[in-house]
Amino acid sequence: MGSEEEVKVIGSCVSPFAVRTMIAFNIKCVEYKLIEENIFNKSALLLKSNPIYKKIPVLIHGQRPICESLVILQYIDEVWASGPPILPSDPYGRAIARFWAAYIDDKFFAAQYAILKAGGEEGQKAAAVEEATQILVLLEDAFTKCSKGRKFFGGDRIGYVDIALGSFLAWIRVIQKMCGVSLLDECKTPMLFQWAQHFCADAAVQDVLPETDELLEFAQLFVANLGKPTG
Amino acid sequence: MADKVVLLDDYVSMFGMRARVALAEKGVEYEYREESLQAGKSPLLLQMNPVHKQVPVLIHNGNPISESLIIVEYIDEVWKDKCPDLLPAHPYQRAHARFWADFVDRKVYDAGRRLSGTKVEEQESGKKDFIAALKLLEGELGDNPYFGGENFGFLDVALIPFYTWFPAFETCGNFSTEEHCPKLISWARRCMERESVSKSLADPKKVYDFVLFLKKKYGGQ
Repeated sequence: MGSEEEVKVIGSCVSPFAVRTMIAFNIKCVEYKLIEENIFNKSALLLKSNPIYKKIPVLIHGQRPICESLVILQYIDEVWASGPPILPSDPYGRAIARFWAAYIDDKFFAAQYAILKAGGEEGQKAAAVEEATQILVLLEDAFTKCSKGRKFFGGDRIGYVDIALGSFLAWIRVIQKMCGVSLLDECKTPMLFQWAQHFCADAAVQDVLPETDELLEFAQLFVANLGKPTG
Repeated sequence: MADKVVLLDDYVSMFGMRARVALAEKGVEYEYREESLQAGKSPLLLQMNPVHKQVPVLIHNGNPISESLIIVEYIDEVWKDKCPDLLPAHPYQRAHARFWADFVDRKVYDAGRRLSGTKVEEQESGKKDFIAALKLLEGELGDNPYFGGENFGFLDVALIPFYTWFPAFETCGNFSTEEHCPKLISWARRCMERESVSKSLADPKKVYDFVLFLKKKYGGQ
């Protein structure tokens, strides 16, 4: 069908959404060319490939652009179906995985953003951290049900929900360091705390999540630019 | 063993209508249970969707599935032997359908909510964004009979319920969708000729009554 066509990803390791795409390709052992994008100075290629949202990641397979990280994950799973699966094979398992990934994008991303936006406003920051913590507590419960005693949401191997949440781990560490808060807490969410260690140690993830100090530098620039249009 | 299918829904919900249309397209028999905003949330809804506490929820042999687009994909996968396929076969076309269905949720729904809501400062931008979003969708439709091409599909299911809300939005915003997006209105009328759609969609008059009820309940003009 086209699994042998050229594969390019417009993205950057600083974007958890782009990281999802890279992890998925690593799981499938598919080579891709990373076209590094500077989100503060968007390229003509990005604007042409994703005119609706003008955001990374964009997967360009052959000549075809595919946008939105969760749409991309499902596309990768379907095109390279002979590789290890990302979504479960049964419809109910797939619906549950899609539900939690959508929840993570809807709630957790917004909660992290709120912590960054709160800046020095202690009251606002505390409220945003509490919100994020409650979301993680709910995800801890989801993890217990999905993993059924195994290492990942996807079971013995990393799956769709692992990628959706795990892609945020570098940012979680950075927010903890930058804002002096605890998000992924060993006492409050012990299963997720352990899951995070397994996730980061996985071969498909190791070279993709940025180091904390490397991302910290970008995060400071990102926070300084919050509220300003990025083109 | 016979399937037991229950749909927890609200008659005027465009998200609920998506599930109804998908079930009707596949010819699946189900028990409909109304959960109207006015009546409050039933213990069954709170048990089946504890995270969002919202309709629609599809309960298939006791297993709950929430979020309307996820429900539609589930229906398509479970009853895959029943024509038609809602999602196309080719992964790129599937990605295209999912992208635009998500766009409907993010842009069309949000703009519609703002233009018909109680915050005056949001109404004008809501109207502008609503028309802009529909124009983009009309561009995607092109000269095809449906968003699925020759066949009624996933993106058609995702968008058609909003058609019953157009009269309410048009009255609130004082504009005509047909004037801005004539091809989209032709598409909607074509969809309404399908029994699965016409029998599943709410009466626009009841939708408008609901919008008025919300405005009264939540204050504003």
